[in-house]
Amino acid sequence: MPELATPGVPLVPLVGWGRTAPTRAALTPVHDDDEARAAVLAAGGRGVVARGLARSYGDAAQNAGGTVLDMTTANRVLHADLDTGLVDVEAGISLDELMNRFVPQGFFVPVTPGTRLVTVGGAIAADIHGKNHHVAGSFGQHLRWIDLLTADGQVRRISPESDADLFWATVGGMGLTGVILRARVQLKGIESSRCLVDTDRTPDLDSLMTLLSETDHLYEYSVAWIDTLAKGKRMGRSVVTRGRFAKLDELPAKRRSEPLKYHGSVRVSVPDVFPPGLLNLATVAAFNELWYRKAPEHKRDQLQSIPTFFHPLDAVGGWNRIYGPRGFLQYQVTVPFGQEEAMREVLDRLGHFGTASFLAVLKRFGPGNPGMLSYPSPGWTLALDIPVMKGLAGLLDSLDEVVIAAGGRTYLAKDSRVRPETFEKMYDRLDDFRAVRKQVDPDGVFTSDLARRLAL
Amino acid sequence: MIDALGSPSSLLLVGGTSDIAVATAHRYLAERPLRVVVAARDTPRRGSVAAELQAAGAQVRVVDFDAADPGAPAAMVAEAAAGGDVDVAVVAFGLLGDADRLRSDAAAVAELAQVNYVAPTVVGTELANQMRRQGHGVIVALSSVAGERPRASNFVYGSTKAGLDAFYSGLADSLVGSGVSVLVVRPGFVRSKMTEGLDDAPLATTPAAVAEAIVSGVRKGRHTVWVPGAMRWVMSGLRHTPRAVFRKLPI
Repeated sequence: MPELATPGVPLVPLVGWGRTAPTRAALTPVHDDDEARAAVLAAGGRGVVARGLARSYGDAAQNAGGTVLDMTTANRVLHADLDTGLVDVEAGISLDELMNRFVPQGFFVPVTPGTRLVTVGGAIAADIHGKNHHVAGSFGQHLRWIDLLTADGQVRRISPESDADLFWATVGGMGLTGVILRARVQLKGIESSRCLVDTDRTPDLDSLMTLLSETDHLYEYSVAWIDTLAKGKRMGRSVVTRGRFAKLDELPAKRRSEPLKYHGSVRVSVPDVFPPGLLNLATVAAFNELWYRKAPEHKRDQLQSIPTFFHPLDAVGGWNRIYGPRGFLQYQVTVPFGQEEAMREVLDRLGHFGTASFLAVLKRFGPGNPGMLSYPSPGWTLALDIPVMKGLAGLLDSLDEVVIAAGGRTYLAKDSRVRPETFEKMYDRLDDFRAVRKQVDPDGVFTSDLARRLAL
Repeated sequence: MIDALGSPSSLLLVGGTSDIAVATAHRYLAERPLRVVVAARDTPRRGSVAAELQAAGAQVRVVDFDAADPGAPAAMVAEAAAGGDVDVAVVAFGLLGDADRLRSDAAAVAELAQVNYVAPTVVGTELANQMRRQGHGVIVALSSVAGERPRASNFVYGSTKAGLDAFYSGLADSLVGSGVSVLVVRPGFVRSKMTEGLDDAPLATTPAAVAEAIVSGVRKGRHTVWVPGAMRWVMSGLRHTPRAVFRKLPI
């Protein structure tokens, strides 16, 4: 028998959201600091990494042959100050649970991605962004402190003031500086649980970028959905949805009695075995066409619920299964302002390659933060899901070259295939990150498939 | 690590000077640079293969391996893994042997069985142990259509490949759930240094074609590939041919 990473804990296969590249690890549930410390100190040569709700598309929360800590079992709210909106939570709590608890009390999470099924620990490790990045920045900017279990078994309370280097290596650090145990998060006050949403249709990429550049600052939340299969003059045609939370007096009279009513739930689930071949170029193109045509050309102040506006896909459980057994990936890259041509080339080549991709998301980022591996930086970010198919590896490698030449980068939480040499050119503070890691984890206890693949 | 699109970052070539092993490395290198460990006897050809792969963008390491030495596999796998995880290992060594001599020379039969069957099973066991510890990896074993139904003209070679094929097919099943997988490759007649001077058999193929099948098989998570693909149906027919007829076929 092979030696087990943790005696008595069997190895189980783990994958990310894209369901590609499975590897085996000892999945160890963590309920408290002592269990986490014991697992870290007992980790063998293959090391340890923490895992939350596994919404990273690739291999960030996998550790082949080693230990993976299941943090979702440490998910309590430890303290909540309803005057200030400061909450102390365990890292395994999900944004979904935070919303269930605090939206009815008048608080929303400071940043949410397209799914609320992520943990706070994962949100910090990936330094997630959302539709409000251009005004609010990313998740790490809304923390007062993090409790981090480091390789020596110590729990350190780190903040931007007390330990700037370790804090900003941990924010966006993909769990490679230690185990994030707890954090104090600044929630955002809201008067209602409804959003006022404006919708605009733009016929091509130029008009889309112009619209976003000129008027994004008027909105707190903004995102555009692009039809990646539209070519030629229609390339980049989009539906732009932008909005903000409604104030109490902006609600219709019948809703004012319960302005903070909130219900987030999964409505239907994709069956375990989804008919392969149902997703092809023809069906996806038809879907995209219908979706574009049914969107209003110009609509103002439409009231939408939080799930409808922020998390439309969360209504369908296990939607990642529609891409079949070979899985899929998400290609997400950003290029700086002034490099719009690079974004056009990326979109154009993806469109001509003919991936059966649903919509791509385009957004304008605001300023970045000091996170050494934090993804957002001023410019345009594009994200689209692509099923694994022949020729994709070569295409994406060549698109990476376009992105690097434009001074852009790829997002580690989504990545499952970038080349290590390519990645080196994307993050100019990678050496700083490595220096912090070497100091706080000299023996390299914290590692993951992602860390091995990219030689982080 | 092998990424989401089936691209490995390291490759171990056991029998690293075989034409199929070298072609496989070139096929991978045409896409991306990667680490390549060349395990082979210390010969001038090993040096030139290492230089050639380096020039093609590989980060090459050379490790001693002699299939005739029973202690070689353990040391070879340990040394190969010292530089990092072995993502894909190609077991590509083997001898064709002189069929006429093998008909009567017991020592030659023993040597062929050692190199073509015993050593590959020991290598496979060591690789499986290493990859189970890693929690991931793919072992590619070069079998042959000759093992599907050994024929009088080269039955000793065929029998060693039949044994190797059975071993790796069984190993594949025993590794289910371990994160490690095995790809058994069954080429027909391959024009290479092993078959130099021999006349082409029907459906003859090339090292490059076998390499293509290996890369695509690993990418798709296949368990068996035939090269060329039509060989599967030809061999299926031959397997069910009555012995009296099979014996008289000019193959």
